Amino acid sequence: MNILRGKVHKYNKDNIDTDVIIPGPYLKIHDQTELGKHAMEGLDPNFSQKICIGDFLLTGKNFGCGSSREHAPIALHEVGIRAILSPSFARIFYRNAVDGGYLLPIEIDSGIIKKISDKDELEIDLDNNTIINSTSSEVFKIKPFPDIISKIVKAGGLLYFKE
Amino acid sequence: MGMTITEKILARASNKNTVTPNDVVIANIDKVMVHDVSGPGVIKVFSEWEKKGITLDHIWNPDRVWISEDHFVPASDRISANNITLLTNWTKKYNIKKHFKYGLGQYGICHTLSHEEGLVLPGEIYVGGDSHTNTTGALGSLAVGLGHTDIAYVLMNGKIWFKVPETILFKINGHKPEYIMAKDIILKIIGDIGTDGANYKTMQFAGETVDKLSMEERLTLTNMSTEAGAKNGIIEPDEITFEYLKTRTDEKFFPVKGDIDASYSDIFTYDIENLDPVIAKPFSPENVCTVGDLEGKSIDKAYIGSCTGAKLEDLRMAAKILKGKHVKIRTEVLPAAQSIYFKAIKEGLVSIFLEAGAVVGPPTCGACCGAHMGVLAKDEICISTTNRNFPGRMGHVESQTYLASPLVVAAAAIKGKITDPRNEML
Repeated sequence: MNILRGKVHKYNKDNIDTDVIIPGPYLKIHDQTELGKHAMEGLDPNFSQKICIGDFLLTGKNFGCGSSREHAPIALHEVGIRAILSPSFARIFYRNAVDGGYLLPIEIDSGIIKKISDKDELEIDLDNNTIINSTSSEVFKIKPFPDIISKIVKAGGLLYFKE
Repeated sequence: MGMTITEKILARASNKNTVTPNDVVIANIDKVMVHDVSGPGVIKVFSEWEKKGITLDHIWNPDRVWISEDHFVPASDRISANNITLLTNWTKKYNIKKHFKYGLGQYGICHTLSHEEGLVLPGEIYVGGDSHTNTTGALGSLAVGLGHTDIAYVLMNGKIWFKVPETILFKINGHKPEYIMAKDIILKIIGDIGTDGANYKTMQFAGETVDKLSMEERLTLTNMSTEAGAKNGIIEPDEITFEYLKTRTDEKFFPVKGDIDASYSDIFTYDIENLDPVIAKPFSPENVCTVGDLEGKSIDKAYIGSCTGAKLEDLRMAAKILKGKHVKIRTEVLPAAQSIYFKAIKEGLVSIFLEAGAVVGPPTCGACCGAHMGVLAKDEICISTTNRNFPGRMGHVESQTYLASPLVVAAAAIKGKITDPRNEML
């Protein structure tokens, strides 16, 4: 059984960009713990204190647009985020999240956003491509990963992936 | 069914006769770029591999790799200074000769060097550790931005996976008025399709206007394909491309063009003959209107810099407006590369900027990404030739940035207010 359990943090905003996920001045930093402290600083200065390891994010479409900075998925991983639920992801963010093995970018139907509340407890079932909202007992479908992404996710990142 | 230029380059790079959108291919890479932000990330990945017992005494092909110091030069503090030392030692270890060092001859913003130095050529597939790697697609190459793990993988293996993107074709027609620049055209397009309008896709630019555009202006179009989420921006190579490269490289290249029956997921046609100058308001490059809509809006700072808006022609256009005038607000001009800075001095552009009261600084990405070298204070309002204006992009999260062409930015510098450049071109 390939199930992730955690609390979801809802930021129902489209186009959350890399400049707010991890602002430019921190690009010189490569200490992961330090990056984690500044995750989402441009949107919510208290973000890092709210997150526990294993938690999820729920956001509007085009999450992670902007720069190629891998600092963005690293900072989110470091603070504890293990999956992000969004109707769509910017391409480099998606690729970095998967190839670096930091967290799972999970595509959902945009109609699901209003059916999940901030702090709901979720179970993400990757074998059956479903989300169970344990708080409301509702079940939702998620879009399955394309084949190549599924293989890289299973390998734990591109570095461990054999073609 | 024929193939687009992007599909043809991917087919060639993955040793296939044909590819179609959504195929996943493993493509052999021709050129790789690493800079002072992605570089330390790559080095970190390398050291993690070494800890796992993977020997890394050489990389795939050091002659096909080049290094740029651009984001944190001049070093903003001890951490960024250490990053440069780290990068320098690493390029020596792996025998990478093309390291463009700050203060040691030619250097500048990575995307500017890629064309200014003829480092990437038509028909090639090029990956860089920066999202605006898309810029270089104006040379008829497939240029894609990646994160540092992917770049580290390419440096070891010389190849990486790609999903073949669908291509959206933008046909730009009509005589370009003198007050319109490529920046106005690409802002107009992003305003129409949005910041995810080309997500995972290729933006290909064509049409009679593009055919006549100079190479530097074409580079502005592909540069900001990133702001619409595109995997790459591309323009088929032609005589303008070959002429541009003639003085910049002796390297042989194999240009590619799309088939006549290539298939596009969408085709957008623009007539720019009557286009008014365009500006993007805070806090998104898609938030566009005409400059006239904001006529008279007060501004605190004008910034002419970056890979998008500080190429030689950008500086010429700004100088055209600033010549013999005085700026009313803080105005900063940072040429995108040392070679462009030098040409701007020889052409008398730098004198024009200095006589107008602007400051002229060394090439750097610093202020464009809000890192250093002139960031914005809370509530400050900037008009800029750069490419992004998300919250906090150029400084404080409550600062504001308007994106526009060098003509529009220079006109605002003189007035201290947003104004249609036609008012200053009489």
